Amino acid sequence: MRAETRLGFILLLTPLLLWLVLLIIIPHIDMFLISIRERVAVRTYETGFANYLTFFTEPLYLVTFMRTALMSVLATVMTLIIAFPVSYYIAKIAKGRLQSALFLLCLVPFWVSELVRTFGWMILLRETGIFSSLLQFIGIVDGPVEMLYNDTAMMVGLIYTSMLFMVVPLVTTLESLDDSVIEAGYDLGGNAITVTREIVIPHATPGIVSGCIVVFMLSLGNYLTPTMLGGKESLWFTELIYSQFIVRFNWELGAAFGFLLLGLSSFIVWIALRLTGQTLEKTMG
Amino acid sequence: MIPTIKQSRFARVTYNAYIALFFVYLALPLVVVSVFAFNDSLFPSLPWEGFTWDWFFGDERPKTGVFNERGIMRSIRTSVFVALCVSVLSVTVGTCNAFLFNRYKFRFSGVLYVLMLLPLVIPGIVLGISILVFSSTVANGVEDSIGWDIEALRPGLLLVILGQFSFITTIVTLVIAARLKRFDTTLEEAALNLGATRLTAIRTITMPYLGPALIGAAVVAFLMSFENFNTTLMLVGSDAPLTIAMFDRLKEGSTPVLNAVSLLLMIGSSLLALVMIAFQKKE
Repeated sequence: MRAETRLGFILLLTPLLLWLVLLIIIPHIDMFLISIRERVAVRTYETGFANYLTFFTEPLYLVTFMRTALMSVLATVMTLIIAFPVSYYIAKIAKGRLQSALFLLCLVPFWVSELVRTFGWMILLRETGIFSSLLQFIGIVDGPVEMLYNDTAMMVGLIYTSMLFMVVPLVTTLESLDDSVIEAGYDLGGNAITVTREIVIPHATPGIVSGCIVVFMLSLGNYLTPTMLGGKESLWFTELIYSQFIVRFNWELGAAFGFLLLGLSSFIVWIALRLTGQTLEKTMG
Repeated sequence: MIPTIKQSRFARVTYNAYIALFFVYLALPLVVVSVFAFNDSLFPSLPWEGFTWDWFFGDERPKTGVFNERGIMRSIRTSVFVALCVSVLSVTVGTCNAFLFNRYKFRFSGVLYVLMLLPLVIPGIVLGISILVFSSTVANGVEDSIGWDIEALRPGLLLVILGQFSFITTIVTLVIAARLKRFDTTLEEAALNLGATRLTAIRTITMPYLGPALIGAAVVAFLMSFENFNTTLMLVGSDAPLTIAMFDRLKEGSTPVLNAVSLLLMIGSSLLALVMIAFQKKE
């Protein structure tokens, strides 16, 4: 490289390295180091895996961890099932103005804070809420019904919150599917089900994978929705991390929990990429 | 399945009904939040007690409107400040990153690119605690060795800004890089042939071309920062940004003031989004 280009290269590389090293890499290494130390007395620590051992021996932690993982997978699958027909409609059936209007409508809720969306669901679902009043008004039930603070309410909120991140990649991949390919499928004797299975879904796989990865990550790392909409039983793993850090000041255990959550999400993302033969660069970049 | 292929009437009607239902589901929470900002009752729920502007302009307890709520107004200012800092920082670094990956072929560029994408797959709360842990390690180290207590490294606005910056930069980089990729480099070469220096060429040719993407990226960064909850929750000190302040309020119990703030937020972000779309259309 010439001296001038070399200087330019270094000037451009520095901010990137500073950002990645100081805010991403070193903090995570430090978090790992904290997670493998044990407090033996005030300000004296030993290295060991006691925090991870605590996690595996305390049923509450382990159960919450598994539950969070399974519920996130469930939320992802349900988001996909709900979003797919809608994305298909926007990409293939709606035309012109209607198409862009519908697409824009899908984006609107996500320009407002997650807190506002959650608040909206609270107003709808709680005992004195809209649905409860409506049911009483129609006369289906006699007294107020509490629909908040259970797993279903939490699921509704989680799906709502991550819908956009499924619809956008799906619409993008489905738009690139040529109509004539679908027509050919019908000409060759296919019906709605076989064409969807053999043509539409294989074509949409990259979109499905990137949508699922993002939705899964968002559900797993969500704190607000489980806290506000979930009940006593729907404890989320992020709530455990929060309470170890902020309420109990047990940073060692909290860091271990954080690392486990990171491990779980990386593992699932890796499996998803592996199974479908995609790479992170392609799905995210 | 597509308009050119005949479907049974039943299938078509069911499909359209499903789509309609979906959009009702999307709109319902937001509509409800907005409508109850105008209900003349102390609690955002039915029955409807009549229309009022009190939750915006009221100045007497118990109906203090948003514009007279010191706490809320202060947290909005905090949020705006944080969001501005994050946009400026992330657009600056994001532009550098986009040029770096677009213009230079170097060893480890693939590895660095994957590393750059990583913040997208780290849960926000983990990003928050890792920065919290590291900054207090540094602060404690400094305090133990030379006895200074660096206040800035304790939970507070600086950490909130850094925490949000750490993942918003990735998104900003992707937005800018996508436009830079479509840039015709021969235009820059023409400028060089005409005697411009490299920097002049970039300043007068490439940057104006990137303009819409830069503005778009700044708006996205601003909105994401304004909305962020998870990372901020772990790093916040005594000055709470709006989302955290609203969360604390909501835990105490909901009042229509929160509906009013939410409605203002919706209006604000729609306006910003419109600005962004207008700039994108211009080219």
